[in-house]
Amino acid sequence: MTTTTPTLPNRRFSLPFVIKVEPRLDAPAWLGPVVSLGAIAVALLLGAVVLKLVGGNPWAAYAHIAKAAFGDIGVFSDTLVKATPLMMVGLACSIAFRMKLWNIGAEGQFYMGALGASMVVLIPIAPETAPGWITLPLMLIAGMAFGAGWGFIPGWLKAKLKVNEIITTLMMNYIAVAFVNFFVFAVWSEGGFQMSKTFQRAAWLPRLADFATEIKLFRGLTTHAGLLIGIAAAAVIWYILYRSLWGYEIRLIGDNPRAAQYAGLNITRNTVLVMMTSGALAGLAGMSEIAGAVHRLQTSISPGYGFTGIIIAWLAKLNPLVVIPVSILFGGLILAGREIQPSGVPRLIQGIILFMLIASDVLMRYRVRIAWNADAGADV
Amino acid sequence: MATSRTAVEMRGIVKRFPGVLANDHVDFDLRAGEIHALLGENGAGKSTLMSVLAGLYKPEAGITLVRGEPVSFNSPRDAIARGLGMIHQHFTLVPSQTVTENILLGLDEPRFLMRLSAYDRRMAELGERFGLKVSPQAKIWQLSVGEQQRVEVLKMLYRGVQVLIMDEPTAVLAPQEIEELFKTLRAMASEGKSIVFISHKLQEVTAIADRVTVLRRGKATAAGLKTSETSRAELAKLMVGREVLFHLDKKPHAFGEVVLKLEDVRAQNDKGLPALRGVSLTVRSGEVVGIAAIAGNGQSELAEVITGLRRATAGRVLVSGEDVTNHSAALAIQKGVAHVPEDRTHVGSAPNLSITDNVIMKSYRHAPLARGWSLNRLAARQKAEELKEEYSILAPSVDTSVRLLSGGNLQRVILARELSAKPKLLIAMQPTRGLDVGAIEGVQRLLLTQCEAGAAVLLSSEELEEIFALSDRIIVMYEGEVVGELTEHDAETIGLMMTGAKRQTPGSPA
Repeated sequence: MTTTTPTLPNRRFSLPFVIKVEPRLDAPAWLGPVVSLGAIAVALLLGAVVLKLVGGNPWAAYAHIAKAAFGDIGVFSDTLVKATPLMMVGLACSIAFRMKLWNIGAEGQFYMGALGASMVVLIPIAPETAPGWITLPLMLIAGMAFGAGWGFIPGWLKAKLKVNEIITTLMMNYIAVAFVNFFVFAVWSEGGFQMSKTFQRAAWLPRLADFATEIKLFRGLTTHAGLLIGIAAAAVIWYILYRSLWGYEIRLIGDNPRAAQYAGLNITRNTVLVMMTSGALAGLAGMSEIAGAVHRLQTSISPGYGFTGIIIAWLAKLNPLVVIPVSILFGGLILAGREIQPSGVPRLIQGIILFMLIASDVLMRYRVRIAWNADAGADV
Repeated sequence: MATSRTAVEMRGIVKRFPGVLANDHVDFDLRAGEIHALLGENGAGKSTLMSVLAGLYKPEAGITLVRGEPVSFNSPRDAIARGLGMIHQHFTLVPSQTVTENILLGLDEPRFLMRLSAYDRRMAELGERFGLKVSPQAKIWQLSVGEQQRVEVLKMLYRGVQVLIMDEPTAVLAPQEIEELFKTLRAMASEGKSIVFISHKLQEVTAIADRVTVLRRGKATAAGLKTSETSRAELAKLMVGREVLFHLDKKPHAFGEVVLKLEDVRAQNDKGLPALRGVSLTVRSGEVVGIAAIAGNGQSELAEVITGLRRATAGRVLVSGEDVTNHSAALAIQKGVAHVPEDRTHVGSAPNLSITDNVIMKSYRHAPLARGWSLNRLAARQKAEELKEEYSILAPSVDTSVRLLSGGNLQRVILARELSAKPKLLIAMQPTRGLDVGAIEGVQRLLLTQCEAGAAVLLSSEELEEIFALSDRIIVMYEGEVVGELTEHDAETIGLMMTGAKRQTPGSPA
């Protein structure tokens, strides 16, 4: 028996290099934005290829979309109107996802919020002659409370009975829509139509157009105070998540519930509270939408805002402040979908952007390295 | 000379992991038709060595010969093609599929049509030949752990392995199942197959193995020892090592009042089986009590009961005379119980959060870290900076995610958090497991400093040497009971007690 320690020659026939995908240990701060912008650029290029293949002019289409969503102050105002509910549901999803609570029920909580806010006007709780500074806060509180209540049920079931919140929140969307429909058709139907009467002006959130007499530029602009509420909510949620004790608990539980339990945190209580907060934000979106844009309770008040909110939360990497620009971008794409033909094009682009952004996450977590064969064998 | 009867020969295997030298020039040889035990403590490098052999890891240096031919495996598939298969502690079975389907999974035959009944018959025949009782049509989820293990063995036999490596196969088995497994292994050996049996249980090794190779801290302390020519005591010595590696100045000092008192505590494990069967013990201020026990004999559950993470089904836990039985983890923390958990990454830390966020985990609710509802980030950062300095945590900054830290540094983060709270009682579970030599010494010194400062320390370690170096008193646990309590460092007696071969009669000195 020989006593030396020979090392085996590499006898495998292969390319002179190996592409290695290695877990990334440290990501520099600039990497996130660069990768995200790169992904959007790649998505636009891919979209252009598709448009070209079907015989269109991609650059004209992009210019058209940009014009339809951000081209002048009028359409930009409409974009902001669309962005407002998206922002709030995006926040609702962000805070829940931070704790790895998969609230897929923002849509239902949105509807319940709208219902709660409508009750203030339609029961009525605030008399028709009450001034806006009484009616609107009441609507806001009612909307958030209804949303929170709708979030409480799955939160409590999850915390106490370990019921999967994905299933419960998803199912409760349908219940909420049907519940609102009941009130629209059977209780508050205006002349048999699937809508209530229009709210009195005191129940409308102030719009830019309301100030047109002083500032001419605002004439006809429908952007309403809900946008300000949304931005304020983003700031509050950001503060909660990154600066408060509670936010620390949410991040800790989200990252490792067993460590949180070991550190003496109350996971049950936090599960319920976070689901209620998430529901309250989605309910706020419902309130803002009917008090700011629709001005009555009707069927189909949401074209799926609650689900788009999930996408927005992810694209914003669950950062409340990033939710603001992302929801404006999506508001613009939704608006462009209505303005230009074929309406599928903006949706196609929306889809490709989403796909690319999600795919680009791999680059955040892994580093792709080309290893020449000399060092291909070394593992460490 | 390597004879034709040598099935596998490994020479000078070196395998390094970040911060750990898992295998340090290890030689290993396996003959055809033998059962060869690979003995050693947790972290000694047994599984690593066999993972190299099974194609899971590539060694940094060293050569492997299979039937005299040099081989270099890139995957377990390559190893199986050469007749080498490994069964891991965690099974790789699809719960919703049948036994036959699981065995056929990944094979080239059958190609398109699955005539399962024909294959069922072949599986049944194969099972019968080696005494592996399991129904081929049964779904995996319906099987007990022991039966699932038989499926794993069948899987390997069906692939025609000549060398079967089993990583701690008895850890999950009931005594009768162990006996049946041994029968199977003997049947396989008599057909000329070789079996590598990884274990840290002396009793089993002497019962089943023809030869033993002992690993200790990545090095082979005995290679191919005949079981018939050795004794359990000798193997224990080889496995644990007699000499104390570090000389720790343990200043003699007086003990204070009783800090921890357990009265007839009973508890269940995660599977609902009894894990603690009436444990009573006390730890005084300034005293280190070491728990010597083989993994899975109740020490983990004991720590969890004391720290409020697991319910006791009977008995009382008293901290400084106050009953804390079945209260919350928060109360235990408030009463000054610090806990260095066994599982650093899954229990002791939040991997994606920063060092700062990890060190404030138990103190963030109090001033100066809390300011009303807000977290005082400046104070938190300052505390983290101080602890990073004091406990020599090596990291680029306190903002670094702890998942990027080495095992030793992560343990320092945990120790910094637990010890900076100036605990009255410290429960230290496997505090040095998997750490490299320098880190071990640092951690041990920290523990001693605590006890000199007047803390009561309950230490659990699988390294007897560490228990000897640190403890004032040693408690031996076996199957959820205290089977011995001694003050002298008698490795042989303790080893026998740990394996259940001997127990102290209650009340009598050792």
